[in-house]
Amino acid sequence: MVVTCEQVWQEISNYLENDVDPTLRAALDKHFHQCPRCASVLAGTRNIVQLYGDERLFQVPLGFSGRLQKRLAQEMPLQRGTVYGWVVAVAALGLLVGGISIARSAVPAQSVVQSPLAKSGKGIPAGLTVLVAEHSKVFHIAGCDYLRAKDGKVRSMTAEEAEHEGYVPCIRCLGKYLSKVAADFVKKHIKFAALA
Amino acid sequence: MDGAISVKSPANEETHEQELIRRIQGGERDVFYELVRPYESRVYAAAFAMLRNPADAEDAAQEAILKAFANLRQFRSESRFSTWLIQIAINEARMRRRRDHAEIMQPLGEHQDEEGTYTPREFADWREIPSESLERAEVRELLLEALASLGDKYREIFVLRDVHHLSIEEVAETLGISRASVKTRLLRARLMLRDLLAPKMAGGWFSRESFQKGNKPW
Repeated sequence: MVVTCEQVWQEISNYLENDVDPTLRAALDKHFHQCPRCASVLAGTRNIVQLYGDERLFQVPLGFSGRLQKRLAQEMPLQRGTVYGWVVAVAALGLLVGGISIARSAVPAQSVVQSPLAKSGKGIPAGLTVLVAEHSKVFHIAGCDYLRAKDGKVRSMTAEEAEHEGYVPCIRCLGKYLSKVAADFVKKHIKFAALA
Repeated sequence: MDGAISVKSPANEETHEQELIRRIQGGERDVFYELVRPYESRVYAAAFAMLRNPADAEDAAQEAILKAFANLRQFRSESRFSTWLIQIAINEARMRRRRDHAEIMQPLGEHQDEEGTYTPREFADWREIPSESLERAEVRELLLEALASLGDKYREIFVLRDVHHLSIEEVAETLGISRASVKTRLLRARLMLRDLLAPKMAGGWFSRESFQKGNKPW
């Protein structure tokens, strides 16, 4: 079986997809061996498939996931009238009432202000550039010994974006910020309970 | 080794997806992100390949995901959720392209006879790709520019097959065209891209290796 250059060009895609019968494949192989122009077309077409199939070409921008989740939260309000909705509402009310009772009986509001947690640290700056390793839930400052990435895959983003995406700060490299964060967290929640 | 926890087979993932879809349809909206999270980068890639502008692509991707949520009841479990989601993203990007009249230049191949033989124009010897070439911004820009210059009907098929690796059958199903049309347009898209890129990529200008060896091209 002999194929012309025109026939080869029509079959190049099928050849790359391994979607030609053995007889045609053998004829095409022979043609590519003898015709440098068609061999060049084949190599270039294979390069096209390889380059565009590489996921590095279409990487999502930094913070994409965080912004998507934010928009979903804004535009997907809790559904009214469903069984789950009522279950969630009742459970939330129960937790609120229980929480208030416990807070009033057991936790003096003043203790928060005096907590040693509030005395040091400046809070993690929102714009601080941090690194996250693939398959990890923790974000770090560059150079942290505890940043370990499989295959060296590390993404950089701001601390704010990292928190939006659900990562938590490394207590080793970001420890100096954490006491203030912890204090703010406690203060916020106890203040809420005291007001209630 | 205990494989019960970490091993994820396609069948397990599909079952997990079906379970998530059932829960969302039952009212658990907060698990919707868990359903789309594995595909969010693919949705973005589909939109970006069509629109090229990162901000437009991100907005279109978000919109497509919201539409998927709004229309989840229409999803038929005989097709893959990822295919259905990417189809919505392609439709959203296509609609935006038309709305914004983004095509100032005549797209390649848009009015060519699909049945006729496509003749490659360029025979530059582009045999090897430097493995690190995609790390270079100018190479990525060239590839995106070439893709953007294709007509919609070629770009959509190319993106679904060669970027998202959908099967020929899935592409045909997604776009509602015959398998033969998919194969014809895919061939043309690949050859047109090769014609556009071979003269720019051939000759090793993008090979970092030649620089390392001291063989500078100037």
